[in-house]
Amino acid sequence: MQSASTAEAPPTAINAAPSPVRRLLATDRRRLVFCLAIAGLALLPVAGLVSFAIGGGGRVWPSLLANVLPRAALTTATLLAGVALVAAVVGIGTAFLVARCRFPGRSFFEWALLLPLAMPTYVMAYAWLDVIHPLGPLPTMLRGLFGITDPRGLPLPELRSAGGAIFVIGLVLYPYVYLPVRALLLMRSAALGEAARTLGAGPLRIFLGVSLPTVWPAAALGLTLVMLETLNDIGASEFLGIRTLTVAVYTTWTVRGSIEGASQIALAMLAVVILVMALGRLARRNLPAQSGRTQRRTSERRLGPLGGSFAFAACALPILLGFGVPGGYLAGAALSRFLERGIPAGLAAAALNSVVLAALTAAITVAAGLALAIAVRGARNPAVAPLAGVAGLGYAMPGTVLAVGLLVPVAALDNRLADLVRAMTGEAIGLVLIGSGAALLLALSLRFLTISARTLDAGLERISPSIDGAAQSLGAGRRRIARDIHLPLLAPPLASAAILVFVDAMKELPATLLLRPLDFETLATSLYGEAARGTHEDGAMAALMIVLVGLAPVIALIRRR
Amino acid sequence: MTTRLIGAALFGLALATPAFADGTVNIYTTREPALIQPLLDSFTADTGIEAKVVFVKEGLAQRVETEGANSPADLLSVVDYGNLIELVDRGLTQPVDSAALKDAIPANLRDAAGNWFALSMRARVIYAAKDRVTDETLTYEDLADPRFKGEVCIRSGQHPYNTSLIAAMIAKDGVDATRSWLEGVKANLARKAGGGDRDVARDILANLCDVGIGNSYYVGLMRSGAGGEEQKAWGEAIRVILPTFKDKAGTHVNISGAAVAKNAPNRDNAVKLLEYLASEKAQEIYAKANFEYPVRPGVAADPIIATLGELTVDPLPLTDIAKHRVEASELVDAVGFDG
Repeated sequence: MQSASTAEAPPTAINAAPSPVRRLLATDRRRLVFCLAIAGLALLPVAGLVSFAIGGGGRVWPSLLANVLPRAALTTATLLAGVALVAAVVGIGTAFLVARCRFPGRSFFEWALLLPLAMPTYVMAYAWLDVIHPLGPLPTMLRGLFGITDPRGLPLPELRSAGGAIFVIGLVLYPYVYLPVRALLLMRSAALGEAARTLGAGPLRIFLGVSLPTVWPAAALGLTLVMLETLNDIGASEFLGIRTLTVAVYTTWTVRGSIEGASQIALAMLAVVILVMALGRLARRNLPAQSGRTQRRTSERRLGPLGGSFAFAACALPILLGFGVPGGYLAGAALSRFLERGIPAGLAAAALNSVVLAALTAAITVAAGLALAIAVRGARNPAVAPLAGVAGLGYAMPGTVLAVGLLVPVAALDNRLADLVRAMTGEAIGLVLIGSGAALLLALSLRFLTISARTLDAGLERISPSIDGAAQSLGAGRRRIARDIHLPLLAPPLASAAILVFVDAMKELPATLLLRPLDFETLATSLYGEAARGTHEDGAMAALMIVLVGLAPVIALIRRR
Repeated sequence: MTTRLIGAALFGLALATPAFADGTVNIYTTREPALIQPLLDSFTADTGIEAKVVFVKEGLAQRVETEGANSPADLLSVVDYGNLIELVDRGLTQPVDSAALKDAIPANLRDAAGNWFALSMRARVIYAAKDRVTDETLTYEDLADPRFKGEVCIRSGQHPYNTSLIAAMIAKDGVDATRSWLEGVKANLARKAGGGDRDVARDILANLCDVGIGNSYYVGLMRSGAGGEEQKAWGEAIRVILPTFKDKAGTHVNISGAAVAKNAPNRDNAVKLLEYLASEKAQEIYAKANFEYPVRPGVAADPIIATLGELTVDPLPLTDIAKHRVEASELVDAVGFDG
């Protein structure tokens, strides 16, 4: 029976106690259910990793803690900081140049600056290593120039180093920053900067005090993707001999045969990533809200000969290093193979598989990402945003870890399904989810969902809520607002999201390698089939096709505008 | 959600393949397609049994394990005895009792219980600069000799080819001696450990180093011109020494091999394929196309490989070496071999 003492347990408190939870479940129910469903799917690989992790003891830890993790953590931090710096400087700098200045070649640079995006990091690493090897084209040319005969006489920077990895990875990833920053600059007025100029502020002060804060939300979005991609890279890091934390996971798994230990490290890393991202979210919450105004194309500054040459060089260099040199190398290698042996059997089929897989992944992630972004926008339920964050977990872990984690629940479900069908019909259907490629498609969609969700979220943020309010007051329903107002305004970010995911899915290797059905090759897997046995020149044609097929939409995206 | 399902269904329709049809055999392999496809094509031509393949790198064991009872995998084909033993340890294989296999494969190159069979061998050899190194013979231990200071090239110490070699040394000489050897080799490195075995030959040609370690078949791939004219020059720049440990017992070899999956739906076809892979015809393909050493006695190595000299295999059983693999990998980290 209830005690009479109000201090101990007031009856009102008992009645009120379940109400916050109930309220949480009752508000925005459809948004909540949707986000819960996606977050549940995103947690599947984590559940798989947990099941591996608890199956093992702590056998791997003493040696890792003593000899590997401290150094690997430092290497990883160096790599992250370096790549972020390269991506920020190149991405923001070139975006400003092409969006705010007029100089020779600008209309070419606008789209060409995206080209390195099509280059897989591991291909970049192979290509550059060959190009600057003492017997490679660049040192040979330089030695010829200086009349040096001994290859040891011309020491070039060592690419197999943290600096080399920063160079290779940063040059491929800066477009993630360039793309959203440029888009933001095109929509935002330069009026603030002009006002600052009339008040006597110099260009540097305007850039640091006015322009940079303006683009920071877009740059931060890009840099988050850059850093997650860098953290989870195995291909380039392993090839260049950079011992990062992710490489430690990989080594524990493949060399020491301990998926259990590898899962333990991967989960620990994931926890840190989640913590850092949650802190970042909190920090962003305190930023003043951005004005939602969209503007006419802003006034541009015409650069003089000196400034114009500088701008030209600053835009040409990343394209040359991130695309021209490795792309040219690939083209050369592909051509010499083609002349020797013709087109490898199965290349066309692999290309078709790649395109279909990447297009389906893009379609799924854009649809789900749009739904997520809309669900989060204006949600009154405080649980919606964190759940949407969970939905992006697939990008917060290495692709190979995601794939092996996802195997556990998907294969379990697949087996249930097969047993059920056998019990009902006597038919042995085998594993349909894995055998049909659905598991692979799920893995890729989970992996890249965050790219589309964040891109679309940023796009939605630029649509002022007052537009919704106005439409509502004129009697438009939610659905009509979404269809007639949001969708047209979202066309550019939708295209960006689709293309980013398409290109990423074209390049994706580890999840595809592990989860694909029998007899299913993509361009990336056939390239890797050669690279893994040290004959990456034989994969040059596949690599070139990844780049070319990835390029077409990149160019289309930019030219459309 | 619906989009996701529709997409998956469409994709499923596009790709669905009857994994359980008669007359097929499904292979999960960590061997690169270019190495295994010629063998499978020849098998299909001879038997009419269709071979379906998926090339997986890391996670082959996890895929078979999680797929469980309904896994379509029939034959698991991997490189490195460590991987074969892991498959057995995780309970993913089944024993095969075949007179043909026993006849074809020497007892030390197959599991006593019939869970796995070696199908080819590769030796871990020394590449030495043709015109700068005069030694006729070298031991693995010599690579730590200070006279090679700044002259040694090698791939990552964590690569299975190297952890296998290091584990063999631990089995022979113990951890302490192996640790000082690793430290000695590290002190002799001309460049950061990394790249592939072929890079060793290329770097020797470029005069970056004088000696290094690589697998025997790469010599065939380079010298035959299979990798292009450029690589021919790398192969010609090196002299190959078949080294031994200091006990002079023999050269360290690793194997590629295969096991029949525990839940193989086409078990009989898997055994047929295994027997085919051990046949004279397939063993010749291993020798000619991949430049590996055949396991079947009486099948000759490729002429290029034969010129490397008579291979004496180190008699230490692979299962004994396997016990030291984790130790070897940890030792590589402990001495900071990969920098």
